[in-house]
Amino acid sequence: MSLLAAGGGETLSFPILTSLVVVPLIGAVLTGIGVRNRPELTKLIALVSSVVTTGLSLWLLASFETGEAGFQFVSQHTWIDAWGTGWHLGVDGISLFLVVLTGVLFPLVIVGCDPHHDEKPYLAWLLLLEAGVMGSFLSLDLVLFFLFFEIVLVPMYFLIGGWGYDQRVYAATKFFLYTMVGSAFMLVGIVTTALLARDATGGITFDVVRIAENADFAASTGRWLFFAFAIAFAVKVPLFPLHTWLPDAHTQAPTAGSVILAGVLLKLGTYGLLRFGVYLFPEAAVWSREIFLTLAVIGILWGAIAATMQTDLKRLVAYSSVAHLGFIVLGTFAFTSEAVGGGVMQMVNHGVSTGALFLLVGMIYERRHTRAISELKGLQKVAPIFAAAFMVVMLSSIGVPGLNGFVGEFLVLIGGFTTARWWVVVAATGVILAALYLLWAYQRVFHGEPDEANSSFRELRLREGMVLLPFIALIVFTGVYPKPMLDRIEPSVKSLLVRVEERTGFTAPTAEHDESHSTTEGEG
Amino acid sequence: MEPIVYPSIDWLAITPLIILLGGMLVLLVLGALTRPWPRAWYAWSHVEVAVAALVVEMVLWNRIGHEGPVTIINDALTIDRFTIFVWIGVTVALGLVSLATADYLRREDLDGPETYSLYVCAVIGAMVMAAANDLVVLFLGLEILSIALYVLAASHRRRVQSQESGLKYFVLGGFASAFFLYGVALLYGATGTTNIGGMGAYLGDQVFLDGDDAILLAGVALLLVGLAFKVAAVPFHFWTPDVYQGAPTPTTSFMASVGKFAAFAAMLRVLVTALPTRAEDWRPVVWVMAVLSVVVGSVLAVVQTDVKRMLAYSSISHAGFILIGVEAAGHQGDVDGLPSSLLYLMIYAVLVIGTFTVTALVTRTGDASSSLDSFRGLAKERPLLALAMTVFLLAQAGMPVTSGFVAKFGVIQAAAENESYAVAIVAMVASVIAAVLYLRIIISMWLADAESGDEAREKVSVPWTAGVVVTAAVIFTLVAGVFPGWLIDAARDALAR
Repeated sequence: MSLLAAGGGETLSFPILTSLVVVPLIGAVLTGIGVRNRPELTKLIALVSSVVTTGLSLWLLASFETGEAGFQFVSQHTWIDAWGTGWHLGVDGISLFLVVLTGVLFPLVIVGCDPHHDEKPYLAWLLLLEAGVMGSFLSLDLVLFFLFFEIVLVPMYFLIGGWGYDQRVYAATKFFLYTMVGSAFMLVGIVTTALLARDATGGITFDVVRIAENADFAASTGRWLFFAFAIAFAVKVPLFPLHTWLPDAHTQAPTAGSVILAGVLLKLGTYGLLRFGVYLFPEAAVWSREIFLTLAVIGILWGAIAATMQTDLKRLVAYSSVAHLGFIVLGTFAFTSEAVGGGVMQMVNHGVSTGALFLLVGMIYERRHTRAISELKGLQKVAPIFAAAFMVVMLSSIGVPGLNGFVGEFLVLIGGFTTARWWVVVAATGVILAALYLLWAYQRVFHGEPDEANSSFRELRLREGMVLLPFIALIVFTGVYPKPMLDRIEPSVKSLLVRVEERTGFTAPTAEHDESHSTTEGEG
Repeated sequence: MEPIVYPSIDWLAITPLIILLGGMLVLLVLGALTRPWPRAWYAWSHVEVAVAALVVEMVLWNRIGHEGPVTIINDALTIDRFTIFVWIGVTVALGLVSLATADYLRREDLDGPETYSLYVCAVIGAMVMAAANDLVVLFLGLEILSIALYVLAASHRRRVQSQESGLKYFVLGGFASAFFLYGVALLYGATGTTNIGGMGAYLGDQVFLDGDDAILLAGVALLLVGLAFKVAAVPFHFWTPDVYQGAPTPTTSFMASVGKFAAFAAMLRVLVTALPTRAEDWRPVVWVMAVLSVVVGSVLAVVQTDVKRMLAYSSISHAGFILIGVEAAGHQGDVDGLPSSLLYLMIYAVLVIGTFTVTALVTRTGDASSSLDSFRGLAKERPLLALAMTVFLLAQAGMPVTSGFVAKFGVIQAAAENESYAVAIVAMVASVIAAVLYLRIIISMWLADAESGDEAREKVSVPWTAGVVVTAAVIFTLVAGVFPGWLIDAARDALAR
């Protein structure tokens, strides 16, 4: 069984994955140089390069071979032979939608958020960020992945530090250092993994596929290595108790930073856990699953409770992210195809709905120059369309059936029920808490009679509406008809779980064998 | 009467030394006899000397590839690829620092050929150290280098800090040299030779019974003290912050690049060639120094408010990283330790020259205001300079796509290869701590709000000679970061004797 068997990739001669990384990179350089005295042209360059990237990612989606489990469109070139590392990109069902989400999110952010000052470097950093995120999702080489994973920090640091709010430097530095501590362990892990796998892979290589297929680490070694990786990803997710950087970073970041951070950056953690943690070290992942399940559930409850208590609307959304990402980790470590698939789907859903929420909160701040919930009142009266948009996005975040959030969370819960029952039972209360804090916030902000400061709240503008429209369309479409998405995610997830099963003997009890008569009815 | 037999001399092999020595003497005499030269001429003429030496070094690199390494002048010097790698490194550093010095001296009203001559003199010492196959020759090189550096540190005649730094460096350096020399004497007593190769051969044959090797071990210990002082490893680092801060900024960059390069080359040569059989004895010592250096250097760097002091402590932490490579080189059959150290040295030399060149520009006339505040608002005033500094600082923090990552990766790989996982993790965590300091400078340049009085400050001017140095260093940092293959191969070739 070769995971390298490429589906559509072999007929497609255009190096689409490489382009996905290189186009925003070129855009970043061109934007950084800029056009003298013509800021609108600079913005155009940025917009064009991000839209081209979107086009490429949609093309990727269209030509992706459904039902194929392995990596597609693989692009492999030699790079640093002395290290045994190469330019190795590939996409499968797990990364496909994250790539598409990245491609879609950036132009929306560029159009939808206004930096207010120093537009040129702002756009250049954003595009560099896009290149880094794309590279992280596509890399099939450990060193290459680490390179993109780390480089993402720099633009994000400058975006938060340069265009954020009052505490921006503190938040940016905290974000940078937290992630870097995790990466420090991961780098040692990466190097050691390659060295220990050297005999099995025949010469030192950082190729994930080759290491996964050939190397078989001793249980104790694998666990150490897994933890070296897992720390980096746990910080990024962020998993309780390593989450404290997130509320600060989210709250202080400019709107674009928050959207990207919530939308795609956090997914680097959950994606990394699947792609590098579980894929390379299935034994260690199964062995430590109870730790991760517990931390995920604590994160769900902690995030929800903390969100309930927030007085700052943006901080509330930030804490809700901690809770939502707990569901993804819960799904990942439940190790059933529904739960893992639901987790992957939830990565995208959370990106869409929380990204949109941050955009909306950003719009409120633009109008009122405050994010304090107590300052806002009765917005529904003066801006009904705005309120409606907020309502849809919020309901999706809560996980109301018919919208995208429901599908992912439901799959995680139902898939996890057979293998992680009590964790799921506790986590389900998180869904209720989500309804509590979001509806309560909505009630306080939008209901009632607007006071003087809020009565002049401006209605949604056309440009803002156009930016929100794709988000809402995705929310509704995925909620009503998730099948196309699941069809593409599932084969890769299944093949990953087969691998876990082969290596560890861990199997999810099926409905027939399960004595408690739980039914696995839900395929979404 | 017996005719005196002179050792035959491979003239080509010592041509780089001769070029530098001849060039230095000619330019010094010419400079002394003529009226002051126009702007930057002193610097460029010395750069030309360095380039000439560099060309011959490249030829030698090739020749060794075909004909193998040689020892020359009665076994006094070894000319192998390790030697040439270091020679190339210090010669490049000489060229870069000379250029960076040109407008500095003019700004400080110190222009003249002496500083450059001292640079060349120090580089000759460094090259002798790298090539030395005899501990006495090694000491000779060490002293040539050190004395030139003492004078350079004190060469800013109107700044009392510079005088102080020179004196401190001189007194403490004299101490260290004495330790080193005593170590050489004890080693001679234990092995009957001062020849590095001969010592290795003798120790390879000799079996020491219990307690027989006390003199040998004492000699190794004293030798290590002397060399550790020169590389500024903890606990022999106390001079570094004061000297780095007080010395004229270009001289600081010279000390941090050439001085470190030469001292580490000597350390590697002695430990790997003369004492490989005693690796079990010196490895733990190096291990402890490495761990202490990365941790202490990083932690103390963070609490400084003066950028030159910060960079001094960060250079201690970098020395710790290189020591990790040295420690790895002591393991049997290791292939990565030595090349990773060399690679780190080469990359760090360029980085530190770039960093200090920018710092020299920012300290403004008088070379006094090297506090963090003087970097405030640099991004507004000189965006490109701030960008270059950011690249250097991120590289020092080990960010990917810069050469700093390549350097750190190599060392971590060498450590992991020898299963020194603990040291690898300590080093990486320490590098995160050190990142705080680099971020502090970056924050000051890009994100800090302007304060009153900022307008009244002298504007930072970027003379084109310094611009050339910074640009070259940035290009090297990024190219070596993205395509490091050739550099890694060169460092590995240096091991193949």
